[in-house]
Amino acid sequence: MRLGVKRLPDDGLLEVRDLKKYFPTKRKGVFVRAVDGVSFRLKRGEVLGLVGESGSGKSTTAYTILGVYEPTAGQILFKGQDISTGLARRPLALKKEIQIVFQDPGTSLNPSRTIGQILGVPLAVHRIGTRAERQQRIAELLRLVELPVDFMYKYPRAIGGGERQMVAIARALATNPSLVVLDEPTSALDVSVQAKIINMLMKLQRELHLTYLFISHDLSLMRNVATRVAVMYLGKICEEASTPELFANPLHPYTQMLLSSIPVVSKAEEATKPKRIRSTGEIPSPVDVPPGCGFHPRCPFRTEACSREEPAMREVEEGHFVRCHLLGAGVPGDGQIH
Amino acid sequence: MEDSTLVEIKNLTVWYRVYGGLLRVLDGVNLSVARGQKVGIVGETGCGKTTTVKAILRILPKNAVVPEGTIMFQGRNVLKMRGRELQELRGQGIAMVFQDPTAALNPVFTIGQQIMEVIKYARPGGKAKEWREMAVRALKEAALPDPERLMENYPFQLSGGMRQRVCIAMALATARTLLIADEPTTNLDVTIQDQVLRLVRRLVEEKGTSLILITHSLGVAREMTDLVYVMYAGTMVEVAQTDELFDNPLHPYTLGLLQSIPKLTGGGVTQGIAGRIPDYANPPPGCRFAPRCDQAMPICSERKPALFDAGGGHQVACWRFAAGGEAVA
Repeated sequence: MRLGVKRLPDDGLLEVRDLKKYFPTKRKGVFVRAVDGVSFRLKRGEVLGLVGESGSGKSTTAYTILGVYEPTAGQILFKGQDISTGLARRPLALKKEIQIVFQDPGTSLNPSRTIGQILGVPLAVHRIGTRAERQQRIAELLRLVELPVDFMYKYPRAIGGGERQMVAIARALATNPSLVVLDEPTSALDVSVQAKIINMLMKLQRELHLTYLFISHDLSLMRNVATRVAVMYLGKICEEASTPELFANPLHPYTQMLLSSIPVVSKAEEATKPKRIRSTGEIPSPVDVPPGCGFHPRCPFRTEACSREEPAMREVEEGHFVRCHLLGAGVPGDGQIH
Repeated sequence: MEDSTLVEIKNLTVWYRVYGGLLRVLDGVNLSVARGQKVGIVGETGCGKTTTVKAILRILPKNAVVPEGTIMFQGRNVLKMRGRELQELRGQGIAMVFQDPTAALNPVFTIGQQIMEVIKYARPGGKAKEWREMAVRALKEAALPDPERLMENYPFQLSGGMRQRVCIAMALATARTLLIADEPTTNLDVTIQDQVLRLVRRLVEEKGTSLILITHSLGVAREMTDLVYVMYAGTMVEVAQTDELFDNPLHPYTLGLLQSIPKLTGGGVTQGIAGRIPDYANPPPGCRFAPRCDQAMPICSERKPALFDAGGGHQVACWRFAAGGEAVA
């Protein structure tokens, strides 16, 4: 390393440390361990793809960051400030900074309000501008997502699904947030519409210097939008790497299983898929988490240690983290922070 | 008609009567399935994929009218069938697997009761013990663990993937000539989708059953089928052998769809297809894709293109291919 080069100022926006969110069940002392020790950092201007199947805890992670749930344990740091509380105890100024776009614009927009009224809500809540200025801002928001300004007089049912999602995006941007959580924003839409929404999201991200936490089950989509990808399984991150690295060199058996299960449309894509793993079994219930590595019941490479001992997250290459016993001993540089 | 043809749909037109008008949904659909063939129908929401297969089973909603067309199944016109014949068609000829297995299974009966009901229907006069054996065998064939215990389970005790496998086992519990699967894996996670699709493929191949797979995913169609029909706004816009279609897509809609899909190889996301699916109450007069097509010519908005032969069994409903090709339908 060259000496004398000044370290760049810390560009971290969000840091999650060993976050846990358990929900009680009817049985005493038995919990749904939805999020079970998740840590990651999100830099300004980054798009972090949080990928996993249903029940992996990706949405609970996002909602806990948003303050919808109070964390059971762990820390959430936003711009260096500890925000590990529920929404009720967060200051208004902080709520303005973190916004969300939900999966289904059919249910996330109030059907009895016009688009203008819907977009006016965050402005009113955060007391942004005078009444007249708010009207201008609403028109500006519609233009931002390339919708006609007269849409403000329409009701959500009168516009298409893709257009509704554009409105939901405009609403999330109304308060000029620095972090936007995207919770499967296109999984309810057809691919030709998805393409438009994704294009818009990426354009806005570049132009407004936004940081996205992108929750998705779609690895192919993440390949094209994320700067980093974290793969979740049963409440934990099992692999995290920069997007090119994760797709070129997937190391966790679960990541390999996910990748090899994706139906693709060309031989070139086929060639990028890892061949050696075939999908078996199902994700266990987060109430009944298997001992050791959560993935071991489905893993074709499991050893005796996997059902006994929980593997730790290791940095196998710079910036590439994997939680797997297979990548323990014998891999150069394992677990050592250089 | 060739001997090997199992299903032959010709010029099928379906309208829905709705308050204040008529939705002209299917506009002259042609489709042909050979014995043992796996055929995919691909298209986006509202393109008429489900209407097409519902017409084959005669389970269209009451407000549907079929002003034109024939649906031949094993040489008999389904649209002219009545009572007993229809019962046989649904009970023994064609089986269907729906998108949502939770809605397809009855919550108050055990899996065993529901599978045995289907078997009973197909072979009345048998013995209860025999039906039970067949049901257990069907579950075993679908690689479901512990079939004996599963027989006593209720649907709520199973995961979504298991429920769908039960539905598939039920559909193929008795000998069928055709399996229609309508988006069977759309509600499932990708690793479970992979398992369910492999199961469907193995079962139809082992039993020699023909398959019509409806899907919005070109990737699923590519991995599962021999022949693909691409559907847009109630018309078949392109038909080709699966390999040929993906190596050499021709219709502007197919191209737009393929470009819209995010690729595992990266390269970003394209603009998608401008505009949206036409209003079925007032569809465009010519090619239904013309208003969204970036290669549209004057003729496109005037006359509906037939399916033109583009060589090697590849057919395209696009005026750009009218010159060299010959209308085949």
